Amino acid sequence: MHELGVARSLLAAVQENVPKGIDARVTDIYLKIGRLSSVVDESLQFYWAILASETICEEARLHFERVPAEMACRDCGEMYSLVGDLEACPKCGSWQVFVVSGDQLQLDYIEIERIEERLLT
Amino acid sequence: MTKIRVEQRILNANDQLAAVNRKRLDAADVFSLNLMASPGAGKTSLIERMMPGLKHDLRVGVVDGDIATSIDAERAMQAGAVAVQINTGGQCHLDAVLLKQGLDRLPLKDIDLLLVENVGNLVCPVNFQLGTHVNVLIASVPEGDDKPYKYPGMYRGIDVLLINKIDLLPYIPFRMDYFRRGVEILNPGLTIFPVSCHTGEGLADWMTWVQRRLAAGVGIGVHE
Repeated sequence: MHELGVARSLLAAVQENVPKGIDARVTDIYLKIGRLSSVVDESLQFYWAILASETICEEARLHFERVPAEMACRDCGEMYSLVGDLEACPKCGSWQVFVVSGDQLQLDYIEIERIEERLLT
Repeated sequence: MTKIRVEQRILNANDQLAAVNRKRLDAADVFSLNLMASPGAGKTSLIERMMPGLKHDLRVGVVDGDIATSIDAERAMQAGAVAVQINTGGQCHLDAVLLKQGLDRLPLKDIDLLLVENVGNLVCPVNFQLGTHVNVLIASVPEGDDKPYKYPGMYRGIDVLLINKIDLLPYIPFRMDYFRRGVEILNPGLTIFPVSCHTGEGLADWMTWVQRRLAAGVGIGVHE
């Protein structure tokens, strides 16, 4: 995946969600990345560090929550989480399975600190 | 410390511009396909093969994305389309910004069908919406039957799938049932067209599908 483009988009998305008119820094950014989405955490971290420098996100820490793909079996109805590659139903062994979710590439929430708060601590 | 819930796609900025592109296409009554594939799978060949059946009834535009050269745009023009080349300068996929540049250079009011040929790549393109109506993947037999398992994101993100070069099936150990199984797990119910741009086999059904979608005036819409 083109992590530079993702980092750029992420910076824009975070900045857009910081309320205007207050003096704040972003301290933490929480991302939800699905198993089936193709993002490499370290690469994203690398480009992020470059792009975020000299912005309100300069000191923000990226947190990656890796979410497994959720699968369902048509034959026995079992629902299961997929952490590795595609696999058959762990309950009945059928390959009549399908993906329910797993593509998330989501900016979940951010934490900001007002500058005055920082001065007081 | 204040917590702000966002719950937005990271690529939201691109998605928003894609939505603008889409509005523009709809306003000009242009139906559009985003053709994605590995390099060499047959994106340009498919366009060339489609043109004879389309050009008498429809005005076809092409936006071609490549790292370098205008080889593919030239082939599209030779085949009878009005085509523009976007050289991405190293970016491995088209995005909404680049498609906008392509749309700016085309006479949209004089086009009925827009074929966007994305950069050859099975990883990135599917994540960057362009604003086109239908995401198409052209898989090909020589690439091997395990590609759905290896590139789940791409196979999940498409609306229709072609398997090209079926004329090579007698020579290549491609297990069609294994391939289809992977597709069905990732994208249940996906319509698949086995074709050969070389012999012409299977293309009539694909063309019918495209013409029906165009006449209906809507994309499938699963990935909006």
